[in-house]
Parts: sequence; structure tokens; C-alpha cells
Amino acid sequence: MSGNMNLTLKVWRQKNNKVKGSLVDYKVNEVSPDMSFLEMFDVLNEQLIIKGDEPIAFDHDCREGICGMCSMHINGRPHGPKDAITTCQLHMRSFKDGDTIVVEPWRAKAFPVIKDLTVDRSAFDRIIASGGYISVNTGNAQDGNTLPIPKVDADIAFAAAACIGCGACVAACKNASAMLFVSAKVNQLAHLPQGKPERMERVRAMVAQMDKEGFGSCTNTGACAAECPKEISLVNIAAMNRDYLKSNLIDAEG
Amino acid sequence: MSLNSNIPEGKLEEKWTKYKSTVPLVNPANKRNLEVLVVGSGLAGAAAAASLAELGYKVKCFCFQDSPRRAHSIAAQGGINAAKNYQNDGDSVYRLFYDTIKGGDYRAREANVYRLAEISPNIIDQCVAQGVPFAREYGGMLSNRSFGGTQVQRTFYAAGQTGQQLLLGAYSALERQVGMGTVQMFSRHEMLDVVVIDGKARGIIARNLITGELERHFGHSVLLCTGGYGNVFFLSTNAMGSNVSATWKAHKKGAYFGNPSFTQIHPTCIPVSGDHQSKLTLMSESLRNDGRIWVPKKAGDNRNPNDIPEEERDYYLERRYPAFGNLVPRDVASRAAKERCDAGFGVGNSKMAVYLDFKFNMMRYGRVEATKLGMTDASDAEIFKMGKDVVKEKYGNLFDMYKQITGEDPYELPMRIYPAVHYTMGGLWVDYNLMTTVPGMYALGEANFSDHGANRLGASALMQGLADGYFVIPYTIGAYLSKEIATKAISTDHEAFVEAEKSVSERLNKLLTINGTKTVDYFHKKLGKVMWDKCGMARSAGGLNQAIVEIKAIREEFWNDLRVPGTADEFNPELEKAGRVADFIELGELMCIDALERNESCGGHFREESQTEDGEALRDDENYSYVSAWEFKEADWDLHKEELKFENIKIAQRSYK
Ligand SMILES: Cc1cc2nc3c(=O)[nH]c(=O)nc-3n(C[C@H](O)[C@H](O)[C@H](O)COP(=O)(O)OP(=O)(O)OC[C@H]3O[C@@H](n4cnc5c(N)ncnc54)[C@H](O)[C@@H]3O)c2cc1C
Ligand code: SF4
Ligand code: FES
Repeated sequence: MSGNMNLTLKVWRQKNNKVKGSLVDYKVNEVSPDMSFLEMFDVLNEQLIIKGDEPIAFDHDCREGICGMCSMHINGRPHGPKDAITTCQLHMRSFKDGDTIVVEPWRAKAFPVIKDLTVDRSAFDRIIASGGYISVNTGNAQDGNTLPIPKVDADIAFAAAACIGCGACVAACKNASAMLFVSAKVNQLAHLPQGKPERMERVRAMVAQMDKEGFGSCTNTGACAAECPKEISLVNIAAMNRDYLKSNLIDAEG
Repeated sequence: MSLNSNIPEGKLEEKWTKYKSTVPLVNPANKRNLEVLVVGSGLAGAAAAASLAELGYKVKCFCFQDSPRRAHSIAAQGGINAAKNYQNDGDSVYRLFYDTIKGGDYRAREANVYRLAEISPNIIDQCVAQGVPFAREYGGMLSNRSFGGTQVQRTFYAAGQTGQQLLLGAYSALERQVGMGTVQMFSRHEMLDVVVIDGKARGIIARNLITGELERHFGHSVLLCTGGYGNVFFLSTNAMGSNVSATWKAHKKGAYFGNPSFTQIHPTCIPVSGDHQSKLTLMSESLRNDGRIWVPKKAGDNRNPNDIPEEERDYYLERRYPAFGNLVPRDVASRAAKERCDAGFGVGNSKMAVYLDFKFNMMRYGRVEATKLGMTDASDAEIFKMGKDVVKEKYGNLFDMYKQITGEDPYELPMRIYPAVHYTMGGLWVDYNLMTTVPGMYALGEANFSDHGANRLGASALMQGLADGYFVIPYTIGAYLSKEIATKAISTDHEAFVEAEKSVSERLNKLLTINGTKTVDYFHKKLGKVMWDKCGMARSAGGLNQAIVEIKAIREEFWNDLRVPGTADEFNPELEKAGRVADFIELGELMCIDALERNESCGGHFREESQTEDGEALRDDENYSYVSAWEFKEADWDLHKEELKFENIKIAQRSYK
């Protein structure tokens, strides 16, 4: 493997969502600092297969921090020890020889474990389906430049739209709240003129779906934003709360 | 079967308009009874599924990731082209059409490409309406940048995350339909076969990846929007799960495969760092707007790049191609990098890399900022800092990504880059309607072969995927489905479904019971190396013939010595991988056969036997002005040729000098 780090991993193994899981110890030797965290898992899995053991199941796809699929809870932190990156962007140079690393899946009632480190995040899709869009059919659009959007607004919308839907915010929160994820989408669309017509209805529908999925409530600890790989800001939550209150007032007034 | 591309009659500029106003329609009541299966949820699939559901069709959509939002389109970085001419720099539908045909080295179909250029402005409008946060100027107008192979600024972008933003737009349109119950979404499902009844595509067999259960789905029509197959090389910029299996199964059920060997090798990727490497990371072509590519003039010069003075640097693209400079098309830039490295001028530990340097333009931007602020006596350090901020705003996420992977800071040191497999122009052969040679089966996006000829220009895959999904298929599918309104849903107990499921199940069992000694990755890496060495940036008859022999041997070994743990009725990622690699091995052989048959160089296909004196690709229009469409036969393949006619463009040797 051309490297010189020897590590101990404690990895969550769980065959499926019907049985209990536990942490299992593995030794990985000769790890190179240039390897990514997931590449270290590739190597470990190769060894497990050759030995006749079952490899560790984990989600991943793009391996460049954009698809939001990877989701490991590493040493107590979603996506590991470094700020503003995903698990797949974590490299072994962030660890040192002799380290013990504990790797677990996202923990949240709304994200049940499928196998080992893989969880079911389809609740996020259902929240988007409940209202995380602008209702415009294909072919309905006017020329893109007939709607000038001040750069500041475009930039705010863009910053919120950077959310990759990974669920680290939920995993980081002691209440397993999905507020950061939901508010990012709400705020992206609220900042654009195209999103205004459905603004109130959207926030109401998405919050209702979020509650229905079993995510916990937000107690403003800020753990979500601290762990978010895309640095989605807490400001989004505050802004969404304002819209949500307003939407209920409008509702009460009929 | 003879190939009919079904290009409408009439003048190039009028074909699509005329087609749209004369294509048969399906009335809303009938649409409700017509079922469409969309395999894939990337730009092409999500756009198609949403648009068809809006029209009233009953849609089912499938993807293998845990959410449709994670399709590989999410990773596209640099931008999307459209002939808006917002910059007033002389762009037009014709020019985009012309650039794309020329960029593709005259191996694409005129009518399709013209339609693509014509539709391109609508795509931007649609995305803006959905809330896609494209980059804007201070006045609130949409911003543009340049990409390779063009001399206008027609690329729309959202920092280095354009694919993400476009896909999230299409995904939200898709989820809106899911919420309304008009699309049924099947995530973590992998299509493992198509079902063909009386010669028409009528359904698929999909595996629920969580439970392992095989499912049968009926559709009046099947759309394959399953992306590209660059992972046949093992290392590529594609996502880990990107595969050929869906289109390969279709191929084995009768769909011809078009130009399988046409592969795009992207010039600017982060170089390989070791044996553990699982994939390669692209550094967007947009960086070539502001980065200059160079190597030291002296071979083996090991100095820190910042210590190498200007006069000892070779800006080889600017030297060889003064008209386009750093913005030559990808195939040209990749070969030029390989040429320098092979000649011993490469940099970094492996010497298989060149520099992409931003210093010059950071200083230039810094000076512009200083002027704006009236800072007449700004120091170099101040200018550099201001220029750095400008570059950060444009490409910040890419620079961060680079630093994360290499541990080096690209604001301080030039990036080290090397070409890597990135995109496949080849794919299922389709006609003007995007229909494959199997009636009722369509291929959209990167999965088809259609618009990019032998080399795709940057920022045109996103354009094509969305054009196919939003604006082409909603019309062209009507031509077929209007004749299907009398067809009742076919029961999935039909023997064709039973048989297809049985053969899928048998194959899964076979993979699980070989019980050999080697892992899937072992075979995948071995195949990848053969492909990269012999069917990569340079190809020759000798090498390709040898590759075919080697691939056959890999196939033999795979089916005798593979080990896949676990069972078929559980979540089993190794089993998924095994099926995909088995298909890649078969595809690899066809790619080599195709590359061997085409004894000319064109675009990304460089046959060493066919080059000019100064090493440029030499086309042979007299003998190879056709699309190769391969028909699967049990033991080998039959070649069918679609002649390419250029009636609106004068065909010439491509020059970017
Ligand atoms: C790193 C990178 C950067 C890029 N940047 C740009 C750019 O800036 N501009 C540009 O124009 N192009 C760019 N491209 C190219 C472009 O992103 C792709 O060509 C395009 O997004 C492909 O879209 P698609 O919809 O055809 O397929 P994909 O987005 O690949 O989607 C494929 C879909 O099919 C599904 N699927 C596949 N097989 C199966 C199966 N068997 N069963 C069920 N589902 C299946 C997947 O789950 C997925 O949903 C880039 C590509 C890469 C790799
Ligand atoms: S808000 Fe951040 S942590 Fe939460 S899903 Fe989005 S990107 Fe992930
Ligand atoms: S694998 Fe895509 S974000 Fe990590």
C-alpha cells in the first residue's frame, strides 16, 4: 500500500435493520497519507473479501464532495475531523500512525440503518416533494434576462442552494432535526423573485412534511451548521422561522 | 436491418419547427393510459420524467443511488452552453451548431446538432424559471464565460457547481411530480434487463438493491437515460457507480451501439497519486480561461515552479496553437500534454503532469481591481491578494477540492494536472427521434451517441442532456405513442417478463457461486489498464489487436476465478459491482474492435497510423465519414454504417492554429 501508517478501526457492523449492530475492530496497515478515507475502506474491504469475510457496506458515488451520498460518522463527528468537507474528501494525512478511528452510520430515527454504515435518507426526498420547488412546467419560461436578479440575492440563493442533501446536519443534532436542510431550500427559493408566489405555502408544506418524517425539533444549538460540509449558515434557519410564522399568520387570517 | 436516421425533410433551419408542428399528438385522456419507464434520473432522465409527467403520461423513474438528486450529473462543474448571444460577441444558433460539428471533428449528424443549438436558449430560460442560481453580473443579468473550442462567451455557470444546480432544478421538477403522484420514483433500483415483446421494448427487470428482490415493470416505452461508460477504464472522472449495464443489456436485446470507441480524455485532471487510487478528479475546463498551461523548457527541471523564470517555461499550447491558445478543444490539449510528458518534460514526482498556472491572471485581475479602487500605488502583494479574491469567487470550490486532494495550495503553487478519461461520445445509436433500433426504446443524454461526434466540446453535455429531456423527447415520443393508444398494459406474467427475470436471476447466482480467489476490483483494474494503455489517448492496430486477446483472457479469468461475497437477497454492493464489471469487459472488447476498424484519426480517436507531420490527428473523410453502429451477435458483432452528409458546413481539416 506504499504508506507507513498503521491504524485501528472500530466500525459499526449491522446486517440489516432487523438485527442489532455492534462495533467491530479491524487493523489496517501501511496506509498512505495520500489515500482518501474511502480508499482506505476500499483496501480494507479487499482484504475482508479475500479472507472470506463480508465487506463493510457504505454509501458513496462521486467521491468529490458533491453528490452527498457518503455519510460516515467518524470519531463522533459527521464526515470526520475536518471542517467543511465530506467523508470522501477526507484524506489520511489528517490522521497519524497508531490512531484508533471509530466509524458509525448517521444516527437518527428518520434515517434507519440499511446495513453497516448505510442509512435510508429518503425522508429528504419526500420533504422536497412536498414543496421544495417552483411550480413551472417545461416550456413555460420567459427569457432568462427579463428577470434581473441583484447579484447579492443571486449569491445568497446560491450559497443556500449549495446543500448536497447529505444529512450530516441531522446526524450532528442531538434532536436529529432537519431544520438546516429544509431551511436551505426554503431560503434559496425565497430569495429569488421566481420563488415568491409560492413562498408561504412552500415553507408550511415542507415543515409539515419534516415533522411527519419524525425529525426532531430545533433547539438552536448550531451543531448542524458546524458540521455542514457546505457551510450552510444558521441564518437560513432564522429566516425560515420568520417565514413560517408569517405563513401561519396568513393562514389564521384566512 | 438498414439504418434510417429519420431526419425530417426540408432546410436545416426549418426541420425541427416543421417536425414539431406536424408530429402526431396523443390526446390527454389517452396519455393517462400510456406508461413510460425512465431509467436514470440525471439531467436527461429527471428532465424527461418530469416533462412527460407534466404532459400527462404515467411515469416510473429508476436510479441506483439512494436519491435521484445524486445522479452523476451532479458533479458537472464548469457550465452549460447556450446560443443566447447575451455578450453581443457574435454568437448565434448557427455558430454553436458550427462549433459543435467542427469540435466533434465532423463525425456528428448535422440535423441533430442544429436542433440542439436551436433549443439551447430555452434550456437557460427553463432553468432560471425553476430557480437555478446561475452566476449574475452586478446589474442582475446572467453572466457568461468561455470554454474550449469556441471564440465566444456562451457558457452559463453557477460557480464550479453548474451540474449540481441544474440537476437540483430538474430534481425539484421531478419531485414535484412525485408529490403529485404522476411519477413513481424507484431509488436504489438497478435495471438489469429490458423486456422486448414482438420486437418492441415493453418493460424492464429491476433489482431492489436493498432487499435484492427482482421486480418486473411494464411500459409502453422505455427511456434509457443511464449516462456514460467511462468507468470501463477503471480510473475516470465519473462517479464510482457510473456504468454501461443498462445500455449494454439493451444492446444485447437488439439496440445498436454507436461509435463505442469514441472516448473523451479530459486534459485537466488531478494526476494519479498511487495504487490505491479509486477515481480521478476533474479540474474544470473553465480554469483554462484563467490558467496557463506550461512545462519547463529543460527536461527533468526539478525546481519549485515559482522559481522557474518566464523565459525557461514552455507555454506549449500558446506556442503550438496561437489562435486558440489554452482554449483548444480537449482532445488537442490532452494529446499535447501527453506529448510533452512522453518527451520527458513532465513535472511532479511521477513526471506525468503539467502545470496549470493562475499567477499571471491573478495579477491581471488584481490590477483591474486596484484601478477600480483608484489604488495607483498598490504593492504586488496587495494586487495579488485582490486578484486572488476574484479567482476565488470564480473557482473557489475547485481550488479547495484540489487542495484537499493534493495537500498543495493552488493559489500559491501552480496546479499539477494530467489527462483522464472523462466522457463517452459513443453510446446507443439513435435516430432523430432519439429512438434506438429497438422500437419503443429511446436513449437520452450521455447514454446515446448522437451530438458530439468524435469529440465533445466543454459545457455541451449538460446542454444535450437537458435538451433531450425537456425539449426533444416530449415531442418525439408522441410519434411512437400515438400509435400505441390501443395497446393495453401487458401483464408482467407474460412469458417475456418471466424469461427475462429468470435469466437475470441465473446470472446473479452464477456471479455468486464462482467462488474464486479474486475480487471484482482486481478484474476491473486489470481491464482498465489494458484499455488505457491500448485504447486510450493513442491507439494502433498492433496494440488494439493485442488488447482484444488480453480482454478475452480477462473475461475467461473473471468467470472462473471471481469471488463475490454475500447473497442475492440482501443489500450487496459487491454483487452490483460484479455485474457492472462483467458488462464492462464485454464492452471493452467492442470498443477495441471499433477503434481498430476506424483506421483514421478523428477527435479523441487518435490512430498512430493516421497523423500529420506535426502530430495532429488526420481524418480520412473519403473512407470513414460514417457513424459505426454495431449489432450484437452471439459470437461477435456486425457493423452497420450511417453515412454522414454535410450539406450546410464545409468539411475541412480541423485547425486551431
Ligand atoms: C466531473 C465531471 C464534470 C463535468 N462537467 C461538465 C460541464 O461542466 N459541462 C458539461 O456540459 N458537461 C460536464 N460533464 C459531463 C456531464 O456531466 C454528463 O455527461 C451528464 O451530466 C450526463 O447526464 P445524464 O443524464 O446522461 O446521465 P447521469 O447524470 O450520469 O445519470 C445517469 C442516471 O442513470 C442511472 N442509472 C445508470 N444505470 C442504471 C441502471 N442500470 N439502473 C437504474 N438506473 C441506472 C443513475 O442512477 C443516474 O440516475 C462533466 C462530467 C464529469 C464526470
Ligand atoms: S445542510 Fe449541510 S449538512 Fe445538511 S444536508 Fe445540506 S449539506 Fe448536508
Ligand atoms: S461520495 Fe459524493 S459527496 Fe462523498
